[in-house]
Amino acid sequence: MSDAASTPNLANNTPAFRMVRTLGAIAMLSGLLVVLVFQYTKPIIAENQRVAIEQAVFQVVPGASSRSDWILGADGLASGGSHIAGQTVYAAYDERGALIGIALAAGAQGYQDVVKLLYGYDPDCQCVRGIKILKMTETPGLGDKIAFDPAFLANFEALDARLNAAGDALANPIHAVKHGKKQDAWQVDAISGATISSVAVANAINRSLQHAAPLLQRDLTRLKAPTTTGGDD
Amino acid sequence: MARLPNQTEQLSLDTFVRGLWEENPVFVMLLGMCPVLAVTNSTMNAIAMGLATTFVLVASSTLVSLIRKLIPKQVRIASYIVIIATFVTVVDYAIQAISLELYNALGAFIQLIVANCVILGRAEAYASKQRLHTTLVNSLGMGAGFTLALLSLGTVRELLGSGTLLGYPVMPENFEPWVVMILPPGGFFVLGVWLLLFAWLKQRRERRLPQQEAASHAS
Repeated sequence: MSDAASTPNLANNTPAFRMVRTLGAIAMLSGLLVVLVFQYTKPIIAENQRVAIEQAVFQVVPGASSRSDWILGADGLASGGSHIAGQTVYAAYDERGALIGIALAAGAQGYQDVVKLLYGYDPDCQCVRGIKILKMTETPGLGDKIAFDPAFLANFEALDARLNAAGDALANPIHAVKHGKKQDAWQVDAISGATISSVAVANAINRSLQHAAPLLQRDLTRLKAPTTTGGDD
Repeated sequence: MARLPNQTEQLSLDTFVRGLWEENPVFVMLLGMCPVLAVTNSTMNAIAMGLATTFVLVASSTLVSLIRKLIPKQVRIASYIVIIATFVTVVDYAIQAISLELYNALGAFIQLIVANCVILGRAEAYASKQRLHTTLVNSLGMGAGFTLALLSLGTVRELLGSGTLLGYPVMPENFEPWVVMILPPGGFFVLGVWLLLFAWLKQRRERRLPQQEAASHAS
């Protein structure tokens, strides 16, 4: 590269074969490295996800110590291993193996994006026992209070979700009301300044339970015989 | 003192320190602004992002320097991108394995390290021309400088925006958090103040230099 005239010739001096060989070798090495790391981290990531789900389930169903996975399809419950379309629900049991709650995922449009949450449904009192926000992009300082504001979370310690007489829907739809206007057990007291985010949480639970509660109540006996370890013996 | 781009550099302390201060990738070269503004709303995110970027930077620069004589000039950018993307994928899986919570907090910005121009810039402007050990030291310095810059934004934004540091409350009870600081505009505010400081320091040094020269001539 002593003179400028040699620069244009450079392209011709490198055979295409050499370029392909170099790129191919680099790509192969990269692939190998990625596969190695993927194989090594796969069980660790799966374990992390399991722990994360377990923690969330035990948080929304207070007192739970074991869980089993089920699939809630269009015509009822199926055990976790079967391949039918539907959402995964988590039955939670206490130390004696008795069913104390069912954790379900729900979501609704919030202020900026979909708010995703997990909530615990108690089939005995027909009420919601707790919620945990899984994913949200609500405004920090305002909407994001739905995840940790104690007064707001207190709404979901015994939120009424009774079925109607026919048993095909909720007797009273769960909905959010303006801050300080809560009168009935099925209403959610919104956070002042975060009404849209609060409404999203209430709507998500309402929509999910309108569909799930009748099916869960119908198939409750199947859930009561736990498939996990720790029976009555 | 002027360093010609094609000259092989001798290893010195300056090889490392340059990335921290004189050629700081964020405050001086203004590279990689996207993660700088996006993930610095808390100290923990800033640390994780800084370390992840440093790993990719050091690993890819080292590899590029190692095989720099084997890569034909025409396909060098493609080669760099493949190498960088590989290490980003490695980091992506590693962070998922370390903490899912952290992975969710950083979101898409881990994958976007591929497009971080600090890394491609180092590969093209430095690693492809310099020897292995100087590249290693220089990229470590650049990574440290990048991490330092993220931290200077992250700590200020978390302190003012949430009143906490690494999640622990440090502000007095009656402190009202400036929510704007953890929102996107806060990133621009804090970055602007830091850039102002760096520009002022540079100007002051330039003003002093002629005075010092004059003084040395007089004596």
